[in-house]
Amino acid sequence: MAFISSGYNPAKPMEGRISDIGPRHFGEYLPPVIKENFGKWDYHEIIEPGILLHVAQSGDKTYTVRAGTARLMSVTHIGEICDIADKFSGGYVRFTTRNNLEFQVETEEAAKELKSFLNDQKFPGGAHKFPVGGTGAGVTNIVHTQGWVHCHTPATDASGTVKATMDVVFDDFQSMKLPAPVRISMACCLNMCGAVHCSDIAILGIHRKPPLLDHKYLDNLCEIPLAVAACPTGAVRPSKIEIDGETYKTVAVKQERCMFCGNCYTMCPSMPLADKDGDGIALMVGGKISNRITKPAFSKVVVPFIPNEPPRWPTMTKVIKKILDTYAADANKYERLGDWANRIGWERFFEKCELPFSEHLIDDFRDPAYYTWRQTTQFKW
Amino acid sequence: MAKHKTPMLDQLETGPWPSFVSDIKQEADARAKNEKGLDYQIPVDCPEDLLGVLEMSYEDGETHWKHGGIVGVFGYGGGVIGRYCDQPEKFPGVAHFHTVRVAQPNGKWYNTELLRNLIKIWELRGSGLTNMHGATGDIVFLGTTTPQLEEIFWELTHDLEIDLGGSGSNLRTPATCLGMSRCEYACYDTQELCYNLTQEYQDELHRPAFPYKFKFKFDGCPNGCVAAIARSDLSFIGTWKDQIKVDQEAVAAYVGGEIAPNAGAHAGRDWGAFDIQKEVVDLCPSKCITYADGKLTIDDKECVRCMHCINTMPRALKVGDERGCSVLCGAKAPILDGPQMGSLLVPFMEVNKEDDYQSIKDLIENIWDWWMEEGKNRERIGETMKRLGMSALIDAAGVPVDPRQVQEPRHNPYIFWKAEDVEGGWDRDINDFRKRHQR
Repeated sequence: MAFISSGYNPAKPMEGRISDIGPRHFGEYLPPVIKENFGKWDYHEIIEPGILLHVAQSGDKTYTVRAGTARLMSVTHIGEICDIADKFSGGYVRFTTRNNLEFQVETEEAAKELKSFLNDQKFPGGAHKFPVGGTGAGVTNIVHTQGWVHCHTPATDASGTVKATMDVVFDDFQSMKLPAPVRISMACCLNMCGAVHCSDIAILGIHRKPPLLDHKYLDNLCEIPLAVAACPTGAVRPSKIEIDGETYKTVAVKQERCMFCGNCYTMCPSMPLADKDGDGIALMVGGKISNRITKPAFSKVVVPFIPNEPPRWPTMTKVIKKILDTYAADANKYERLGDWANRIGWERFFEKCELPFSEHLIDDFRDPAYYTWRQTTQFKW
Repeated sequence: MAKHKTPMLDQLETGPWPSFVSDIKQEADARAKNEKGLDYQIPVDCPEDLLGVLEMSYEDGETHWKHGGIVGVFGYGGGVIGRYCDQPEKFPGVAHFHTVRVAQPNGKWYNTELLRNLIKIWELRGSGLTNMHGATGDIVFLGTTTPQLEEIFWELTHDLEIDLGGSGSNLRTPATCLGMSRCEYACYDTQELCYNLTQEYQDELHRPAFPYKFKFKFDGCPNGCVAAIARSDLSFIGTWKDQIKVDQEAVAAYVGGEIAPNAGAHAGRDWGAFDIQKEVVDLCPSKCITYADGKLTIDDKECVRCMHCINTMPRALKVGDERGCSVLCGAKAPILDGPQMGSLLVPFMEVNKEDDYQSIKDLIENIWDWWMEEGKNRERIGETMKRLGMSALIDAAGVPVDPRQVQEPRHNPYIFWKAEDVEGGWDRDINDFRKRHQR
């Protein structure tokens, strides 16, 4: 391949340089009906799963067709999205916070036609390209991180676990029969780039083995004081070691203090902790973001560990489906998953979802642990 | 003919949900055919090698991406994440595979001209694979080589007038809900505030000067569609001070079954006829709603603005007119000290474009000054405020103390009184004390 220059001259890097201009202004990309009624919307309705109607104070109407995506998408795929937007929605398209696509159209007929068109688009392997859904009291797209596709600290894959999960709950993506919205989120390590800690159901990659120490290289690759300071439990200390008659500056790890957060590895590449048997998934439930009825809440760990079972993580998806179905059958209208668990009591949650309760589910991490223990004789048998 | 056998990944091509594996294969085919006759600037087979290395991870149960690698564009400390494969001989197409974060238009609205221009750059100079979008909100270009970075940046800024996003210990690309563009609940123009602050703080976004990452997120109402309260160091959540507007005729239409409750969100199941007492009045968390003689009454002074009644009857109830935002501080995921929700710092703030949002900027800068002075390396502001106390943050932010900042008053009387709080101060004379008390 021949190098194609954009005009950048490495000999004079500052020449003609443009920097710190930020994003383009969003106003350039609003469809006309959105622009004209900006800040003047009156109400909305969900016409059917995946189709929203927004009505402006002026009486203007716009129909939104929402479709799920894998989030990881190729330029060819984005080209297909552009073709659809050009054909159906005046060349405009929007991405939602949860990685769905949204197309604005003018009439209900056009929305239904587009829905049907989108539902017909399939990959050669049979998967949908743009399944319509993700509205109302159902499951919408899973926000997730990079996993084994692109990240250096994951304990599991993200795209694969999400695909496996969405396949299992697909019916709840395309329908609205749950008591309330259920937000599933996925993060491939405790760093939680996807911030899954306030989700109805959270899939979380975790490590279970303390870091390996690459003693011969550690001092060359890492700032030892930073690696020591990075440990939230003080398990890492500076140390020396003799290998083949040579003394190396390194660190030592008090393994019983390790809670496998991986922060040391982030600061020091010579302390990897990923491992086929050690790594896997914890499931958390009952978190929410919204202030609706009850306060925003953290997700709680209900399954401390499920092994990685690529490519389809069957144990994990089975547990998720069981939790979702139990909630759907038992909760009241408008009741979020965590509110249902709080109402029936967590002891009952484990019973109904047929999940074992183990010592790993009793918090022992610093002060927050205390607030999760029971300080009352009010409990259920 | 695929370059690598991927029997495990191939299983992810079946099932209804969109398959990233099928899409990567589609891109691999497109690059192999090269119908446009492009002179690809990074290896043509990088999508195939990405599948190969991913299949290897599926077999090994471990990632094959190396830690770190400092790459970037001249003058910036963020926006590019270095990434190298730890099996470069087997997968040369992805041996160097850096990520480029690109600043997205707020609310993630696009026209196809912009999208086509973006993918044109990435088709030529990158892997052809993206995330639309990353968890923080940026457009993520997934995988290129070091020599392409300045070229990509040049084309983005010169041809598309678009900048890189944030990474590292700096302000991360701010994100917002779609706000007033298509939502009747938006209490302020989230997109404009997000845009304004993004532009104002470009230096903080591109040049790491903070102890750790810092995120702004903007929610137009307490429904929280971008999750500001859970994942931003400073959350701006729309709210109002005056009365919810009630249209009694529309209330009657809900009661009469002419309008579906909750905008039709529960249409997939027969929940029975709408029961306003059970579904609205009884579920109100502050019990400030009554329904009698066909009339809905809200005691707005007792309302906590949870949105439930409005969400349930959006055609009958509207947010008030005296609108602004609440500002919460300190949300983060668990690393290092456990998860934290944003804590309410300012109950109500005007969101005033007329003065270029000066009061919000003053607040932000006060908080940053304090955090940069007091924060430890890799300490989110939520941890700094936990370590030094909410009072210290309130003092540094220059905002008044308010009972709304706490859920309840403290449980212990270990108050850090200061000398100036106490009559006569702390200087005392032991001899004077002994005049009254024998040894």
